[in-house]
Amino acid sequence: MSIFSEVPQAPPVAVFKLTADFREDSHPQKVNLGVGAYRTDDSQPWVLPVVKKVERLIVEDSSLNHEYLPILGLPEFRSAASKVALGEDSAAIKDNRVGGVQALGGTGALRIGAEFLRRWYNGVNNTATPVYVSAPTWENHNAVFADAGFKDIRPYHYWDAAKRGLDLSGFLDDLEKAPEHSIFVLHACAHNPTGTDPSQDEWKKIAEIMKRRNLFVFFDSAYQGFASGSLEKDAWAIRFFVSEGFELLVAQSFSKNFGLYNERVGNLTVVARDNENLTRILSQMEKIVRTTWSNPPSQGARIVGKTLNCPELFAEWKDNVKTMADRVLLMRDQLKAKLQALGTPGTWDHITQQIGMFSFTGLNPKQVEFMIKEKHVYLMASGRINMCGLTTKNIDYVAQSIHEAVTKVQ
Amino acid sequence: TSLSHSRRVLNKGEILWKCCAISWWGGVQMGPPDPILGVTEAFKRDTNPKKMNLGVGAYRDDQGKPYVLNCVRKAEAVIAEKKLDKEYLPIGGLGEFAKACAQLALGADNEVLKSGRNITVQTISGTGSLRIGANFLSRFHGGPRDVYLPKPSWGNHTPIFRDAGMQLKAYRYYDPSTCGFDFKGALEDISKIPEQSVIVLHACAHNPTGVDPRPEQWKEISDLVKKRNLLVFFDMAYQGFASGDIDRDAWAVRHFIEQGHNIVLSQSFAKNMGLYGERVGGFTVVCKDAEEAKRVESQLKILIRPIYSNPPMNGARIATTILNTPELRAMWLEEVHGMANRIIKMREQLVAGLKKEGSSHNWQHVIDQIGMFCFTGLKPEQVERLTKEFSVYMTKDGRISMAGVSSGNVGYLAHGIHAVTK
Repeated sequence: MSIFSEVPQAPPVAVFKLTADFREDSHPQKVNLGVGAYRTDDSQPWVLPVVKKVERLIVEDSSLNHEYLPILGLPEFRSAASKVALGEDSAAIKDNRVGGVQALGGTGALRIGAEFLRRWYNGVNNTATPVYVSAPTWENHNAVFADAGFKDIRPYHYWDAAKRGLDLSGFLDDLEKAPEHSIFVLHACAHNPTGTDPSQDEWKKIAEIMKRRNLFVFFDSAYQGFASGSLEKDAWAIRFFVSEGFELLVAQSFSKNFGLYNERVGNLTVVARDNENLTRILSQMEKIVRTTWSNPPSQGARIVGKTLNCPELFAEWKDNVKTMADRVLLMRDQLKAKLQALGTPGTWDHITQQIGMFSFTGLNPKQVEFMIKEKHVYLMASGRINMCGLTTKNIDYVAQSIHEAVTKVQ
Repeated sequence: TSLSHSRRVLNKGEILWKCCAISWWGGVQMGPPDPILGVTEAFKRDTNPKKMNLGVGAYRDDQGKPYVLNCVRKAEAVIAEKKLDKEYLPIGGLGEFAKACAQLALGADNEVLKSGRNITVQTISGTGSLRIGANFLSRFHGGPRDVYLPKPSWGNHTPIFRDAGMQLKAYRYYDPSTCGFDFKGALEDISKIPEQSVIVLHACAHNPTGVDPRPEQWKEISDLVKKRNLLVFFDMAYQGFASGDIDRDAWAVRHFIEQGHNIVLSQSFAKNMGLYGERVGGFTVVCKDAEEAKRVESQLKILIRPIYSNPPMNGARIATTILNTPELRAMWLEEVHGMANRIIKMREQLVAGLKKEGSSHNWQHVIDQIGMFCFTGLKPEQVERLTKEFSVYMTKDGRISMAGVSSGNVGYLAHGIHAVTK
């Protein structure tokens, strides 16, 4: 009798299953608009030229070895990563009240942050503190906070399906009604999956309520630079909140903007009231890290650290990032133009108004099923497409497929 | 004066506001420094040229330098040539790595592997593996919440299992009077462990004592554990590193499986491949059959995804290349043998040095113990003196990392130990 005989089969993680199904499909015109990784116009993964350059430098540096990093990670990576988020001239950094915890990707940063909040925020081990995530949000947010021990995870209004835009009044209303000290997970830019971000004015309104009602700010920043092509523009919301005096957490990912997906490079930036608080916070972060992975992997952090800390490499990186952002923007323009030219029913402005890797097309589950089964165009059941999956070679086929889905399937 | 003008008394309202506005984190306590890694911090601050770091268990060559294995360098060159992309790995990691990792532990022709009734996932080194395992047991193990650790065990075992929601208990293991294995005490304690509890066994090179059961003793432990119907959690962080022979070091794991225990197993490649900072490890569940393995796998993924989504590629690639390329594998086996041999030699030289210093104590245990660590038998006060007077850094329990000992400093160490124990 096995002790595991009662272990139920878990459902596969949807986004990975989609790619698995795509791989098995032999249709010559198949298109994968599922998982969020950048692709070139030849539908190929892209190792950034600056990354290749830095990897060679690392190989040639005989002083480097494979020793353990400190628990909180590579120091030059941590400080440079926080600086990228908060800005060169960040007053908070100058005040010595900003710290970083190197983590395994954005996911790892979120998890360490969530574990810390559960243990030390709003009392000690207060698992009842409500955690608000946007409706919809990245599907892993829920599990990250739940597995960290939070019992009360709730949606806040975000996506307005009818008008295909931000449900600002719903959002602000949820902020007003949320219990004091609730945690809100905010997408810093390029909201996943909708691609819809608040404007600067809208962010200001959000911040005003959050300050007044003592709500906790936890930014998820997975696309800095990747969204608009500008690091500063994509970090505006984070920097605004910091300038408004919030103590906050930022989970940063370098998976997309450095194309370092499988090296698991992330950073949890902590902005505290002062250095004394920061020191205590980081000491507790260490304890959490020690029982999760002991210390983080060095390869990716070295690449990012070296790049961010060297002016020439930093400039080259910004250029590489802009290349990616620009291609996505081009595909947005072209998709909208083609759908309009086809006379596809509905308005398609949201495709160019949305930003970042993803677009919430507005296709319903039946239409999505049609796209996958009949047209071999793979996208998420929510209607989310990864713009990076579009190329000049397949965009006509995809536009045509969307047109058929909308006109043939209700 | 202008100073007294600029200072004014805050009224109560202002004080309250300032207190509330000060920080969310006023109640966050200062965490204690990690005892093991804290030793290295203190070592770094010491300016004594003769200082020795015998704290954290990372291998050092005879010059006291970190050692990057040649097979690792060669594997890195091979990988660089391939110009691979950086796409996400699956949640369970690199498939070829998981396969090679399981083969290394179980032996390539193990029935478990042939029947596909194991699930092996790539993890964030040994710690990550233990944590995944602990989380999995916490969520799915129907038995008692209690995890039995040998006394003593690696310091991080306790908080890992605790954070996963398990409770910690212990069974006797180390006998301070002999600096050896308390076989009788272990059997007595194990015989009382409630059925279906989890028991953690160090596969080889017990950390921190270096004391391993002999094969005949392992056999008895296996029989007793079977009788008590306990769930065995093997922690194997030193395969190859203990005796120098990977099969010999995996003997206990393989024996238990052969005896019918469906174990869970954590493996680390930090020490035996010197891949510390790359975080390479594996977690294996030996299941009843392939169908169960599939179900268990699906649940492991559900656990892993909200921690770090998928594991890092670099180290797993290196390890896989080494394990699956015949010349590199042969090179690795030689190098790991070399590391183990240097440690064994240092043990012998330390004892010889102590005899030379005129120590009247019995230091045989230094040679009998195996692996990176040696439980010297030093008491906390003696450890403190060794650190203060000789700048020899080690953990308070008297544990030294033999890897930090070299032919250049073994004499000094013998001198210091003799000085605080005579």
